Amino acid sequence: MPTPNTPLWEVFIRSRNGLSHRHAGSLHAADATLALQAARDLYTRRGEGLSLWVVPSSAIVASDPQDKGMMFEPTASKIYRHPTFYDIPDEVGHM
Amino acid sequence: MIVEAPASPLARYALRRADDALILGHRLSEWSAMAPTLEEEMALSNMALDLIGQSRALYTYAGEVEGKGQSEDDFAYMRREREYQNILLVERPNGDFAQTMLRQFFFAAFAYPYWLAMMRSTDATLAAIAAKSEKEIAYHLRHSSEWVLRLGDGTAESHRRLAEALEELWPYTGELFAVLPDETALIAAGVAVDPDTLRGEWEATVRAVLERATLAMPSGGWMQQGGREGRHSEHLGHLLAELQYVPRMIPGATW
Repeated sequence: MPTPNTPLWEVFIRSRNGLSHRHAGSLHAADATLALQAARDLYTRRGEGLSLWVVPSSAIVASDPQDKGMMFEPTASKIYRHPTFYDIPDEVGHM
Repeated sequence: MIVEAPASPLARYALRRADDALILGHRLSEWSAMAPTLEEEMALSNMALDLIGQSRALYTYAGEVEGKGQSEDDFAYMRREREYQNILLVERPNGDFAQTMLRQFFFAAFAYPYWLAMMRSTDATLAAIAAKSEKEIAYHLRHSSEWVLRLGDGTAESHRRLAEALEELWPYTGELFAVLPDETALIAAGVAVDPDTLRGEWEATVRAVLERATLAMPSGGWMQQGGREGRHSEHLGHLLAELQYVPRMIPGATW
């Protein structure tokens, strides 16, 4: 059982060069070194990554779910921001 | 069918190293569902799987060298206690977490330079097994030394437990450097590694970590031996009873 003084950490994995680190989950560890090792042991058992970040969960500033109207709804009416009105040649590949 | 000791010195050598890895791996697996945290549960299981993987490669190679059709399972499941030639350190009971981590640290501090040196073996298979094992053991060394540091330099309770583990396990470290008579020719041929050449590095690694962990490095002293000759502590028989139970009860079982 993690004791109350075992901090929570968020784990980010970069799966390939050129991609960004993605959030994979969280874990408990006493300090940064052990957090990085635990991230390796918990989240990269099946070749998931080439690079790991661990960040103290307490360092994350989160939006308030109650603000979601103000924060996210105004974007719903602005469909012109999606680049879906262009024909992209097949040769361009994945964008 | 009981498997007798191989005749080939190379097969016997591979078997001894396989026994070290299998027994230590089995010990670590005993922490499954018992570890202090979920994170450490996975770390211990990962190390167990690395070691059991190393033992499989070495058992398989011993079987190939001996050439009597013996498989990795034959060696693991069908040998008696006296035919196991692992060092006594790896069969020590898990004890508490400090004891498990210090045992891991002592072993990894030796195995890391051992496999690095073995990568230059004139035997291609041993060199290949070494190249894979070296990376795995490098992590075991890092993980266990971080824990030794934190336990020694942690609370009064963790320090006391690590100090007790040190007293308990130190006499079993001498056998890491044991050389059997049938190994000297392999060492001379560049097939096997002379463990004596690794002693300086092992001591430097152990001393540095213990000092940072605020524990004094013990100096020499009487060392327990016997595992390499098949003379084991009472603990190995109990371990093998669990390890070998199913394949002996239901020979040829697969799942």
